[in-house]
Amino acid sequence: MSEMRKTFFTRFLLIAALFLGQFTFASETKEEANGHGKDLKTEIKEYIAHHLQDAHDFSLFSYTKENGEHKYVGFPLPVILWDNGLKVFSSSKFHHGETLAEIDGNYYKLYHSKIYKTDAEGTIHYDEDHHATNVKPLDFSITKNVVMIIVTGLLMLWLFSSLARSYGKNNGIPTGAGRFFEPIVLYIRDDIARPNIGEKRYRKYMPFLLTIFFFIWFLNIFGLTPLGINVTGNIAITVSLAIMTFLITNFTGTKDYWMHQFDPLGKSLPWYGKIPLYIILVPIELLGLIIKPFSLLIRLYANMQAGHIVLMSLIGLMFIFKSWLGSPLSFGLAFAISLIEVLVALLQAYIFTMLSALYFGFASEEHEHDHEHEAEVAH
Amino acid sequence: MVGAGLVVIGVGLGIGRIGGSAMEAIARQPEAYGKIQTAMLIAAALIEGIGFAALFAV
Repeated sequence: MSEMRKTFFTRFLLIAALFLGQFTFASETKEEANGHGKDLKTEIKEYIAHHLQDAHDFSLFSYTKENGEHKYVGFPLPVILWDNGLKVFSSSKFHHGETLAEIDGNYYKLYHSKIYKTDAEGTIHYDEDHHATNVKPLDFSITKNVVMIIVTGLLMLWLFSSLARSYGKNNGIPTGAGRFFEPIVLYIRDDIARPNIGEKRYRKYMPFLLTIFFFIWFLNIFGLTPLGINVTGNIAITVSLAIMTFLITNFTGTKDYWMHQFDPLGKSLPWYGKIPLYIILVPIELLGLIIKPFSLLIRLYANMQAGHIVLMSLIGLMFIFKSWLGSPLSFGLAFAISLIEVLVALLQAYIFTMLSALYFGFASEEHEHDHEHEAEVAH
Repeated sequence: MVGAGLVVIGVGLGIGRIGGSAMEAIARQPEAYGKIQTAMLIAAALIEGIGFAALFAV
């Protein structure tokens, strides 16, 4: 390798390592562990699947010592189970799934990031599809995702309340971080809320729109850091976000909105004309109520999930190629995809906010044409 | 798997068309840039949603 190429590579690796610290560390472990056991491709697949899941401990990276012992760096999180009574213990008792946790004479095993109740030997029973059939206690644990949600919530509370205070002190002139956030807040107000919801009603939706935008954006960005978290790529979280949009849309819906749902043409149509309407159009409209938030949640979930899978697969390439060609190729691609993911993180937050505003706009709009129809009938 | 591939081709063509048309529209009316971009992103996001739904169904 020539000297010039070497320096280029070193520089490139340095930059890329900033973005990919966690992934590469963990991947190296897999490479070392490969000597004894499964083949490389299955291991990379398992590693990616593991990364996408929620975890009961906050582990930053892991490596294997020369004597074959696995060493994990990170910290355990509390496990809260409801199994004939509340059981609270630290996830360090699982030793990353390697040992059973014994609590009040019950045995629990961590298996594929889920907690199962087992006997003293830790036997897992399977059905014919190779799914575990052991009893699953109700799990209310503070998992990695829950920790990140709380951290983001506190961060936003602190950030925006201190920004609000600084505006009060400086007679409405932004300072510090406010200079960065003011244009974004104004953009959401003037380019998302106002045109979609309307001048009259946009104010009451602003708190939700701003919160959801910054919440999704911050979590997406945190997902790209080497902390190895994947909160917005978890379907449970996107489902709850979409349910909020769904509830707000329907609870703030005006009379015209519900008229549009159940009686689209109103008085301008005689009753017998409405029969086909009720067979075809109204069911579709009602289905649309569900499909709108459903598309929101699938879009966010799938985009974030796909982004993480692509990144991790590209890093996995390095271990599959096993030649000098592999590392720069995989680093280069992963670096480029990381940059695209920064854009996607913002774009998905924007799309979610934008579409929520659009749905709120539909729900709170008062149709002008309905009154026209009524006027025509009156004539 | 073939179905997923076909869906991705379809989604690619669709988003490509939206992007292309948006470019033309912006070239014709640069002052409407903001509005066109918003409409383009919404349409692209809707198509993308279908694509992901299909991919996850595989």
